[in-house]
Amino acid sequence: MFFDKLPIGFYVEKAIDWMTDNFAGFFTGIKNGLEWMIEGGSDLLISIPPLVLIVLIAFLAWWVAGNGTGIFSLIGLLLILNLGLWGNTMKTLALVISATLIALIIGLPLGILMAKSNNANKIIRPILDFMQTMPAFVYLIPAVYFFDLGTVPGAVATIIFAMPPIVRLTSLGIRQVPADVVEAARSFGATPSQLLFKVQVPLAVPTIMAGLNQTIMLSLSMVVISAMIGADGLGKTVYEGITQMNIGKGFEGGLAVVIMAMLLDRITQRLGTAQKNSGKAFVNNFFNKRSENRTV
Amino acid sequence: MQKVEVKGLYKIFGSSPKQIIPLLEGGMDKTRILKRHKHSVGVNNASFQVEEGEIFVVMGLSGSGKSTLIRCLNRLIEPSAGSVLIEGQDITKMSSARLRELRRKKLAMVFQNFALLPHKTVLENVAFGLEIQKENPEKRKQKALEMLEIVGLKGYDEAKPKELSGGMQQRVGLARALATEADILLMDEAFSALDPLIRKDMQNELLLLQQKMRKTIIFITHDLDEALKIGDRIAIMKDGKIVQIGTAEEILQDPADDYVREFTQDVNRAKIITASTIMRDADSIVLERSGVRTAARKMKDLGISSIFVTNKSGMLLGIVSIDDITEQIRKGKEDIESIIDKNIQTIDPDSPIDEIIPLFLHSAYPVAVTDSEKRLQGIIFKATVLAGIVGEEGED
Repeated sequence: MFFDKLPIGFYVEKAIDWMTDNFAGFFTGIKNGLEWMIEGGSDLLISIPPLVLIVLIAFLAWWVAGNGTGIFSLIGLLLILNLGLWGNTMKTLALVISATLIALIIGLPLGILMAKSNNANKIIRPILDFMQTMPAFVYLIPAVYFFDLGTVPGAVATIIFAMPPIVRLTSLGIRQVPADVVEAARSFGATPSQLLFKVQVPLAVPTIMAGLNQTIMLSLSMVVISAMIGADGLGKTVYEGITQMNIGKGFEGGLAVVIMAMLLDRITQRLGTAQKNSGKAFVNNFFNKRSENRTV
Repeated sequence: MQKVEVKGLYKIFGSSPKQIIPLLEGGMDKTRILKRHKHSVGVNNASFQVEEGEIFVVMGLSGSGKSTLIRCLNRLIEPSAGSVLIEGQDITKMSSARLRELRRKKLAMVFQNFALLPHKTVLENVAFGLEIQKENPEKRKQKALEMLEIVGLKGYDEAKPKELSGGMQQRVGLARALATEADILLMDEAFSALDPLIRKDMQNELLLLQQKMRKTIIFITHDLDEALKIGDRIAIMKDGKIVQIGTAEEILQDPADDYVREFTQDVNRAKIITASTIMRDADSIVLERSGVRTAARKMKDLGISSIFVTNKSGMLLGIVSIDDITEQIRKGKEDIESIIDKNIQTIDPDSPIDEIIPLFLHSAYPVAVTDSEKRLQGIIFKATVLAGIVGEEGED
């Protein structure tokens, strides 16, 4: 070889050290905020009697996605309760919801920026590729450096891994708005923000919802990995199963993850589009028919 | 003052359009500029004026720059050079805030593929321009309902655009443009996506609306028949240049170059050319001043076998033939009145040729062109009609 090995790893370590030293306060702030959000969320979910929450979730599933999903939710959640995994499931749910919310808050504006500016697009795209394809274990380590062991570094790793789809699909959705519709809005004198919020974002909603769905699925898939650095929840159950060679426990935990994944997937998939056989449509039809009968 | 005035407008796509303009002025053509200089010429030195209340049609094939041209008029596309005056104000020099104001109040646009907002109802779509202007919701709704009624879509206010047919969707597009009360309408191939029958309906309706509303309309089309039907004046574009501007008849009768001539060959001339363009001066005799002998001599001089008879004020009475005249002379009678054949076909000067043709089926005589007071204006022979249809000008 003509060259010595480039010391990339060395400098990354240096940079991480420097950041831990100089931004300690910043990281503590993030840590406290995330902790408050996730733990508050899971405390709230756990404080509701499980049966009440199961009925509520099953109703929500039926309302947006119809009979099948409603029944599936009811049976799936009762099974989780029966397996004694309710508490961990709620902790995972709180983690997933928090991570998704933060991914949304950061990802939506980034996606809009990418759609509007080709330069931003050029800069952000490789970063997203990096976030998605860099093996998650690699950024688990610096996350532990910054935030100690526990749920927070798990959440940060989850956010990093799960954010790219919402950014990409927001950008795609906005770019896919037909050019003539954008022209029409401009020709009637729309300001750039009117164009964005009255035309581009509403038309991009189905695509953005597909991104949201992907983000939720990816954050669920990080649950087990983040359990390795001490995040609480179903991941912990699975991880314990693995380390104790307890296949039964591992499978039960895994099954609960799958049930949650399917449930969240079905519900979020239907959010962007109006469904014919959803509970909402059923109720609407029911009342429409009754009012028709009355007028006759 | 002209409503819209375009002077020396250029649009060149590429990295340094300003450097291309001198080349165009020097006469270099579009394909060479694309090959040698990697710039695409959209509009090349276009100038025209549009009067208030006029329908001005810009006609050209795809790639002729007509859609680029219309987008320069409201700066959806930034012109590279030249000026666009809307009521005397040069919009190319306006700030973006003033431009928005102008787009809101003065210019409204109708698009080829309707460009409606699929997530809004028909009513909300029509009210969109007013929503952008932050008009209050009550007023918006009222205005939008009024416009829907004008375009014949009363009762569809709660439907979504997707539920409507193409023709109906374009009515929504039209209503949306009318709702802002802008007095200039830019219509970009507005009817081109519709099937032929619906398109004809929409053309007729636009003409009807125009009679009531008197908007200034700039209409883009690739269809010459459409241009001839609705345009008060027509500009024909080729390779970004305007090659001819004129009324339908001027363009058909006197095409500026081979390109325009080729275009106009496909036109059904029978619908466009009117009686007044193909008629010739009619020779006639005045009843009160003529006898059989003057009539016979005149016909002999002109080499014709029949002649129209009018009264002193020019009113057409009928026609006399040489056979009847000689018969009369043989009988030794002097008067013409008793041999006038009143069974002749007359037609209005503005009638198109295709209305004249059937008249020859019922009469052996030429057709007389008369005005509303029955005064003789001219004469049309069978051969002239045919010549008019095939495009000769009948100056044999």
